[in-house]
Amino acid sequence: MNVIEVQNLRKEFKSYSSRSGLGGAFRDLFTRNYKVLPAVDDVSLTIKQGEMVGYIGENGAGKSTTIKMLTGILTPTSGSIVVNGMNPHKQREEFVRTIGVVFGQRSQLWWDIAVQESFRLLKKVYRVSDEDYNQHMGHVIETLEIGPLLDKPVRKLSLGQRMRCELAAALIHNPPLLFLDEPTIGLDVLVKLKIRKFLKEINEQYKTTILLTTHDLTDIEALCERVVLLDEGKIIYDGKLNELQSHAVEGKQVEFEFLAEVQRNHLPYLANVHWEQKDATTWLAYVNGDERLVSQLISDVVKKNPIKNVRINEVSTEEIVRKIYEEGMALA
Amino acid sequence: MSMYLEMIRVRFLMMLAYRTNYYSGILIYSINIGAYYFLWSAIYGENAEIQGLSVLQMTTYVAVAWMARAFYFNNIDREIAAKIKDGKVAIEMIRPYNYLGMKTMQALGEGIFRLLFFSVPGMIIVALIFPISFSASLMTWLFFLVSLVFSFIVNTQINLLTGIMSFFLFNNTGLIRAKRVVIDLFSGLLLPISFFPIWAQSVMSYLPFQAISYIPSMIFTEGFVGQEIYLAVLLQAGWALILMIPIQLLWSLAKKQLIVQGG
Repeated sequence: MNVIEVQNLRKEFKSYSSRSGLGGAFRDLFTRNYKVLPAVDDVSLTIKQGEMVGYIGENGAGKSTTIKMLTGILTPTSGSIVVNGMNPHKQREEFVRTIGVVFGQRSQLWWDIAVQESFRLLKKVYRVSDEDYNQHMGHVIETLEIGPLLDKPVRKLSLGQRMRCELAAALIHNPPLLFLDEPTIGLDVLVKLKIRKFLKEINEQYKTTILLTTHDLTDIEALCERVVLLDEGKIIYDGKLNELQSHAVEGKQVEFEFLAEVQRNHLPYLANVHWEQKDATTWLAYVNGDERLVSQLISDVVKKNPIKNVRINEVSTEEIVRKIYEEGMALA
Repeated sequence: MSMYLEMIRVRFLMMLAYRTNYYSGILIYSINIGAYYFLWSAIYGENAEIQGLSVLQMTTYVAVAWMARAFYFNNIDREIAAKIKDGKVAIEMIRPYNYLGMKTMQALGEGIFRLLFFSVPGMIIVALIFPISFSASLMTWLFFLVSLVFSFIVNTQINLLTGIMSFFLFNNTGLIRAKRVVIDLFSGLLLPISFFPIWAQSVMSYLPFQAISYIPSMIFTEGFVGQEIYLAVLLQAGWALILMIPIQLLWSLAKKQLIVQGG
């Protein structure tokens, strides 16, 4: 079953550019130069129930805009959106009962009152029965370890504490679909791990569909099988994370640390191997080929030079995504 | 419905979270009433009556007008504007409730809180210090309460309107300030409407502001009698209905045009 069905989605923003100088400012009072910029450009996407999808892209790529359209906050300029079988904008009140949203940069708890008061209000808002609440939230509160925080006002919580409470608040009505917009922004490693573990758990337990945007690609590696890569409002990759890795990067990087200083002419000349010196005793070899070439290279090098350490570096997702951002997606 | 009641409760909690605000509020209102009392005593001087109001009625008018203000006054316009400015309005759109309805409930929570813990004790203090006449007639009290509810509704509607305007203007601090001054002046809080020049009175009779302060205060001081009372309350009700129209129109426009500022 498709939870999210998006077709040819487009959102344009009208922005005006200020003219320079005082004269320009006066002219701006009367007429302004408008420019129409597409933030999301012809995006089509389907997501099945129970999937965890990472939605990634540079700043300004249109991630948040897409999420806002999917949650019914923004109206699309054109295109169709069906989420949980509804049109988010037209059937807003009915629709939002079926989703949970966490904005990492915006708190949705009431700032001046204790966390449990916010929960109590949300429980009423979503018409959750006492029984469901106690059973479901009891578990959530326990897993996220926020029990001791419940009687504190939100403004007194640390970012990590607040974020865990936000997550719990988004789950009060146990929604089948969860949108997370940069949920781990600014959090330390321990809190991040806790949140990831929790997300995995609810995904397994309730088959909750999760759409996640983040700049921390380790989040995606830990959680998502599928990634959607967005650039300038367009989808440039939609598929498995490990395929992205194997497609985008050819070969491996081998790092040799020698006992003594080594010159370039002491190193073997092989086709498809490119050398780069890191410091006096360390060289990097970029190997454009399979494992056999790598082992041949290592044996050739070790025969002639005494080495201290050899390391074969896997290319991280971060590296891949950086490369894609910089060079564009060749295989899209 | 229970979520709206819960919202009123939450607003109570918020008010209690800032106690200093609450205490200083009582002080400020008492000082205001005191200042106006002495001002009006000086203006009346030897006159027993100006524009059909005696000194005693005038003092009562001022005291009641300020205490009623504690009930109907709220800052939801500024709150809405702030939410729009920092983009938090997005959060409100993902909630399964009517945002304006929820905002009104928050205002009501704030109003009831102030009425109970601020106006009533404040009025007792003021009555001990200044000569104020309380009506013995139950009907007067009843009409006063009804018209107080309407003054809350009309004022909140005007606040909603000003708040929604920031969807279109993005920064409407100026408009909000202007609205505040206009309401204080034209609603009859600072000066009863009957004290304005005739041409100004006829202009104001076409504006909703007198429904906010002038009508409940006049009812309380028995400046209105007989049929005048019914007409006044009807006028308030009429404005409450009329103001719904621009609010609904602007709100549906605003939702369409909503741009969440800041990412």
